[in-house]
Amino acid sequence: MPKLETQELDRDSRAPYREVGRSVPRLEGAAKVTGSAEYIHNLRVPGMLHGKICRSSVAHGRIVGIDSSAALAIEGVHAVITIDEVLTLVANPYYGPAFHDQPILAHGKVRHVGEPVAVVLAADPHVAEEASNLVEIAYEPIEAVFDEVAAARPGAPVIHDVLKPAGMFTDLKYLQGRSGTNVALDARVRRGDVVRGFAESDRIFEHTFRSGKVMHAAFEPIVSLAEMNGHDELTIHSATQSPSFVRSEISRLLGWPENRVRVRTAFLGGGFGAKLYIKLEALVAVCALIVRKPVRIALTMDEQFYTITKHGATVRIKTGVKNDGRIIARQVETFWNGGAYADIGPRVTQKSGFTAAGPYDIEHVALDNFAVYTNEPPAGALRGFGISQVSWAYERQADIIARTLGIDPLDFRRRNILREGRPHVTGTRISNLEIPGVLDLLSDRMEWDRPFDRGTGTIRRGRGLALGLKACISPTTSVAIVHVYGDGSCAVHCGTVDMGQGSDTVMAQVAGEVLGIRAESVQVLHPDTSSTPYDMGTLGSRSTFHMGHAVRMAALSVRAQLLEIAGRAFGVDPTDLACCDAAVVCGDGRRLTLRELMLERFAMQAGNVVGVGSYAPSYEKANPETGQSPDITPFWMLGGAGAEIAVDMETGRINVTKLVNVADVGRAINPSIVERQLIGAAIMQAGFTLFEEMILIDGQVLNASLADYKIPGFLDLPEDLSAAYVEIPHENGPFGAKGVGETGVFSPAPAIANALYDAIGVVVTDLPLTPERVLRAIRKAEGRPMEDD
Amino acid sequence: MSGEQGRTIPFMLNDRPVVARVAVYETVVEVLQREFGLFGARESCGQGLCGCCTVVVNGTAVSGCLYLAVLVDGAEVVTIEGLATGGSLHPIQQAFVEKNGFQCGFCTPGFILMTKELLAHCPHPTTDEIRHYLSGNLCRCASYLDIVEAVKMAAEAGGSTDRG
Repeated sequence: MPKLETQELDRDSRAPYREVGRSVPRLEGAAKVTGSAEYIHNLRVPGMLHGKICRSSVAHGRIVGIDSSAALAIEGVHAVITIDEVLTLVANPYYGPAFHDQPILAHGKVRHVGEPVAVVLAADPHVAEEASNLVEIAYEPIEAVFDEVAAARPGAPVIHDVLKPAGMFTDLKYLQGRSGTNVALDARVRRGDVVRGFAESDRIFEHTFRSGKVMHAAFEPIVSLAEMNGHDELTIHSATQSPSFVRSEISRLLGWPENRVRVRTAFLGGGFGAKLYIKLEALVAVCALIVRKPVRIALTMDEQFYTITKHGATVRIKTGVKNDGRIIARQVETFWNGGAYADIGPRVTQKSGFTAAGPYDIEHVALDNFAVYTNEPPAGALRGFGISQVSWAYERQADIIARTLGIDPLDFRRRNILREGRPHVTGTRISNLEIPGVLDLLSDRMEWDRPFDRGTGTIRRGRGLALGLKACISPTTSVAIVHVYGDGSCAVHCGTVDMGQGSDTVMAQVAGEVLGIRAESVQVLHPDTSSTPYDMGTLGSRSTFHMGHAVRMAALSVRAQLLEIAGRAFGVDPTDLACCDAAVVCGDGRRLTLRELMLERFAMQAGNVVGVGSYAPSYEKANPETGQSPDITPFWMLGGAGAEIAVDMETGRINVTKLVNVADVGRAINPSIVERQLIGAAIMQAGFTLFEEMILIDGQVLNASLADYKIPGFLDLPEDLSAAYVEIPHENGPFGAKGVGETGVFSPAPAIANALYDAIGVVVTDLPLTPERVLRAIRKAEGRPMEDD
Repeated sequence: MSGEQGRTIPFMLNDRPVVARVAVYETVVEVLQREFGLFGARESCGQGLCGCCTVVVNGTAVSGCLYLAVLVDGAEVVTIEGLATGGSLHPIQQAFVEKNGFQCGFCTPGFILMTKELLAHCPHPTTDEIRHYLSGNLCRCASYLDIVEAVKMAAEAGGSTDRG
């Protein structure tokens, strides 16, 4: 159904494009460089109280008492809220997108260090902070478990008594009522007969790869503000990537219809997945309802480390190959450290888990993916939704296999990649995906054919490349409205959140292209559930494809109406007219501007022409036993990276001298933005690869601040950093576009590690590749391990 | 705030004389936001490491999330809001727009103010000089390459001439 529609649309559209493919500077540029761009961070409302969260100091324990008296004795403290107050409003105070497992405040027990237990409210934030240190919470510790593999074993301390799938995702329903386990989800894929595959293999390779926990560190820390409107309506201003979801979740918790809950946002100072689904919103909402005053809670950077992280993961990968380099069997087990609350972790597990065999055509495959509760801070989405944890395994192992068989790593990949039309291990065919093209471009950019000097002595050099495959999340829906106002100016109402990725500009380009107006003159309204229609969320690189599609359809509806008005005015058939240069033009040279058309239609300079578009791609749920589905994703994404490094044999320090990030983007609606997304992703992932790592001991984050958790700065950039992409328009994408926000994170980590392997033949299985870890591996390989190894 | 914790301080803010009642423990960022509705300097890391809170005090860029408000008593304070004159952007701001030297924009005011200080000392910096001078400012979206281009463009446009 969507495919047919698109074909029809494509006949409708004119090429060459004027707006699509143009590097339109971001619409909000002047606002951002003058410091006047709106962020929820800036919002203050009269009579507002600041909330400061009192957090658990133990990883797993029963709460035996909360004494707020000393806090309440501080002058200026308005209230101290605990779960007891919350329960007077919300009988079942558990929320979450995948599972209803997270209490608004700790309910009887705590499951991770840093879990919110109480909130102190005061008009002065300093008073709230001071008093928050005086709330006395007594715990009776329970045995805790932190490692994802240990937590998945029978007999591990159980963190949640019973699994409570939320119901939004129907494919999680089978978990309802499961108890006595920390495995929140087990998802499998089966193809062929993996036992037979291994028996027929010439060589078998088995490895375990690990990724540490890292953090988004969005610079605008998570912030929400709730206020009552009148007696029984609520507005939540929130730095959220998913306003529609927040509204439905708050409505569900309160038992209110969605039309009494308004959720709005502004520009986000970064998101990267940290601001998805629901974070502080339920807490500020109940606080505002309890005290009948506006309540703002803003996290500090430090608190973000206890709020949401990327999943640490353990990936066991076993691969059978023929001597000619063909992979014929692969078995992968992934254990995802989901922390104490599921957040969207089970979906990360499921969606990335089914790609764990990589972009390769393999006859016999068995994939088992486990989302595991532990007593660490919750893990959720972080740019890539788990792909970089699995690509770390399959792409690292690819080079080990290639070297063992004496095959060039590029050649090894060429022999095994999925080609157009071939079924992916899930059974869904690979379509509109340029895997060979990405490999060719990568080879070209890396000058793979030229001789490479690996050096001798203390500084050794190496080069490596890697690929990463993702299936865009499904099923999801986007709805958009395009308006022409009474004066002929145009606005897009859509729920996509611009968190720096440039979606406002891209949506303006899409609407502008259809309506024949400059993107710069299109206003893109920021999400407000009272005026922008539903969107699943700004996540998973889905916005350009899904919302772009909806905006395009809405604009096409507007265009049809404008042509109709002009057709009547000119006395011609609307099909003989076109939208161009902010006017409708006729073949004979007559034209009416949008402003004149509105006057024509309403007999005064007034009124609205409104178009609505909605897009929900087709989807077929995977068979739970086999993971097979003929239609598991609306589009495949492919990233590739190439790296050249120099490694210091005496210190273990890796210097990335060249990093190329390549992607299949369908069509770049805004080439400049596409390139920036790929380069930004490369730098972020280089941080995750080389030094970013949350150090946890007994559930305590030892480096919960930017002083101790280093992120990439100017001095960490690869000397030669570039991005490139292939454009083969996707048949269902708006103007052929696909999402690109995550593609750049799939491959840099294994590419850099493969370069290290190329340089010195050392295998490091755990991320990040800190100098210490590399040096230990070098020393071990040299037969003189460090004393404590 | 009680008498011993409060001070009334006059200072110059973006070329205008102002007076603010501040608590001794408050930072410049808090006072700019609360008293003057200026949100261009903003706290992110809270440790003076990321540069999002940069303001210029007596000609020197400081971390406004650590710099106590009482210390600007009698000082000249310039914030990002003081750079554009009338409706027109400062050449550095213009260069950041044209070169897309930002993504989410949260760190951008800090980068622009540091660039202003850099160009005052060194009107035509090399790439290495730019990277080194701005290395105390962080950008999580990692627009670093574009920031370098923006700084170079601003230098060519005479961004060192102080219009603010």
